[in-house]
Amino acid sequence: MSVDTRRRSSAGRAAQPVRSERVRAEARLGWWLAGPAFVVMLAVTLYPILQAGWDSLFHFRLTAPADKSFAGAANYVNILGDPLFWQSLGVTLLITVVTVAVELLLGFALALVMQRGLKSVRGLVRTAILIPYGIITVVSAFSWFYMFDISSGFVNSWFDWVPGIGPETNWFAGTWGSLFVVIASEIWKTTPFISLLLLAGLAQVPTELEEAAEVDGATWSERMARVVLPNMKAAIMVAVLFRALDAFRIFDNVFIMTNGAYGTEVLSLLAYRTSIGRLEIGLGSAISVLLFLCVLLICFISIKAFKIDLAGTRGGK
Amino acid sequence: MAISTAREKATWIIITVAVVIYALFPVASILATSFKAPSDLANGTFLPREFSTLNYEQILIGDAQGLFLTALRNSIGIAVIATCIAVVLATLAAYAIARLEFRGKKLILTTALAVSVFPVISIVTPLFNIWRSIGLYDTWLGLIIPYLSLTLPISIWTLAAFFRQIPWELEQAAQVDGATPWQAFSKAIVPLAAPGVFTTAIIAFFIAWNDFVYGIALTSTESARTVPAALAFFTGASQFESPTGAISAAAIIVTLPVVVLVLAFQRQIVSGLTQGAVKG
Repeated sequence: MSVDTRRRSSAGRAAQPVRSERVRAEARLGWWLAGPAFVVMLAVTLYPILQAGWDSLFHFRLTAPADKSFAGAANYVNILGDPLFWQSLGVTLLITVVTVAVELLLGFALALVMQRGLKSVRGLVRTAILIPYGIITVVSAFSWFYMFDISSGFVNSWFDWVPGIGPETNWFAGTWGSLFVVIASEIWKTTPFISLLLLAGLAQVPTELEEAAEVDGATWSERMARVVLPNMKAAIMVAVLFRALDAFRIFDNVFIMTNGAYGTEVLSLLAYRTSIGRLEIGLGSAISVLLFLCVLLICFISIKAFKIDLAGTRGGK
Repeated sequence: MAISTAREKATWIIITVAVVIYALFPVASILATSFKAPSDLANGTFLPREFSTLNYEQILIGDAQGLFLTALRNSIGIAVIATCIAVVLATLAAYAIARLEFRGKKLILTTALAVSVFPVISIVTPLFNIWRSIGLYDTWLGLIIPYLSLTLPISIWTLAAFFRQIPWELEQAAQVDGATPWQAFSKAIVPLAAPGVFTTAIIAFFIAWNDFVYGIALTSTESARTVPAALAFFTGASQFESPTGAISAAAIIVTLPVVVLVLAFQRQIVSGLTQGAVKG
C-alpha cells in the first residue's frame, strides 16, 4: 500500500511517462533478482506439501504400489482414532511447553549476563553461549545420552546422593527418565537462540527509561517488570513463537535417545516411522499434513493472541 | 549504572564461570568420552583413566574409516554447495528487497518466514516418494535441494536486514565523483555488503551441517549419507560392542569446524542472527 502511494506522489512530480517506465523497469529488475529465491522456496516446500495432501487421500504402501486405491478420508479417520497419535501429540505438547518455559527464563538470564556482565569477559560469555547453537543436535543428543546412560554415564555416580538415583538407575527405561534427558538436551541446545533474540530485545530498551526509574527509587525487580520487560515485548513474543514451533518439530534427540520407546514418541517420529520406516505413504502423508496443520494453528493462535505483526517485528519495512 | 564494587565484580565472575561451564559441559563430556579406551568406557567416571586415541584411530584409519570419512566428505560437500546456492540466491533477493521498489516484497519475506516454520518432516514423506521415482533418492542433489528449504529463508531475512543498513547514497556519490555505475557499485557497496554475506554464509552452513531428518530419510547408502545420519546408524565392531567411543570421536571431529567458526567470527554471528531476527 505505502509503496503505491509513494510511487504515485513521486511520479506526479517527474515527467509522467519517463517515470512510469523507470518504475516498471525497476519492478521488473526486482522480480528478476528476487524471483529465483521465491520460486525455489515454493518448489521445495509448497509442491511437496501439496503432494502429501494428495497422497494422504489414497491407500498407498510402497511395498505394494499396485494396490494404490482412493481412500478418501480413511487415512485421517484411522490416525485420529489411534490412541498412539494422541499420545504423541500429548508428549510433543508437553516437551514444547516445558522447554519453551524453561528456555525463556534461562535465556533471559543469559541475555542479561551477556548485556550487563563484566566487559572484560563479555566476548568469552558470548562465544561460550554460541557453542551449543553451533553443535549438531545429534552430537548434543549423543553427549547427553552417554552422560545418563547406565553403562557409560557418570551422572549416576556423581548424583548418587540424590534420593532415587543410584548406580542402577536406568534413565532410559521409562517415560519420565527419558523425557527428562530429552528435554534437558533440547534446552541446552536451543537456549542460545532464544537468549540472542532476547539480547537484541534488551538492546532496544531505552537506557534513559531505566535510569529514570532507578533515580525514582525503583528496585531491580520493579525496573525489570515495569520498564525492561514491557519494552521488549515484541522480542519475547518472537522468541517464544519461534522456539515453540521449533520444539513442536522435535525429532533428532528423541530418535537418538529412545527412538520413541517407552511412550516418548513425538509427532515427527510417528510420521517418519509410518512413511519411511513402514513405507505406508498414504498414512504417513496424512500425519505429515496433520503436523503441518498443527504448526499453522500454533502460528495463527499466537498471531491472534499476541497480535504479532511478524513481518514487522522480523524486520519488514 | 551503579559503580561496580569488588563484591559485585566477584558475583559477576562466578556467574560468568557458571555460564561457561553450562555451555561447554556436554561438549567436554563427549570430548572426555572420546579419549577413553574401550575397557574404560563403562567405569562411570567423567575423565578417562588412561588417555587413549584408539577411537580416533578407528574412525580415521581403522575399520570404521570408510564409513566415517565418506560421510564427512558428503557432509562437507552437500552443506557447502547448499550454502553457496542459498547465499547467491538470497543475496540477489535481499538486494532487490533493500534497494528496489516493487510489488511483492512483503510476499517474498512472508514466504521465507512461512518456509522457515514449515515442519521438515511434513516435506520428507512426499520428497522420499518423489525422489525415489525420479532418481534423486540417495544422491547429493537429492539432499542439496531440500537443504535450500532450511538455508534460503534465514539467508534472505538476515541479508535483507544487513542490506537495509547500507548507506546506498554512497553509490551515487561515487558516480558523481566520476565512477562508472559498476565501479561505483563494486567499490562503494560491495565492501560494505561483503561482511553480511559472509556472516549469512556461516549461519546457513551451521544449519545445513546440523540437518538430521533429511539426512536419514533421503539416503540409504554411503553415497550421500551425511555425518549426523551416519552417526545414528553407526554400529560397533561387533554386535556386542557398543560404539560409544567411536561415535564420541566422530562427534568431536564434526564439532571442530563449528567451534573454529564460532571462535573466529563470534561477533559477526551474533549480529547476523539478531539482525535477521528482531531488528526493524
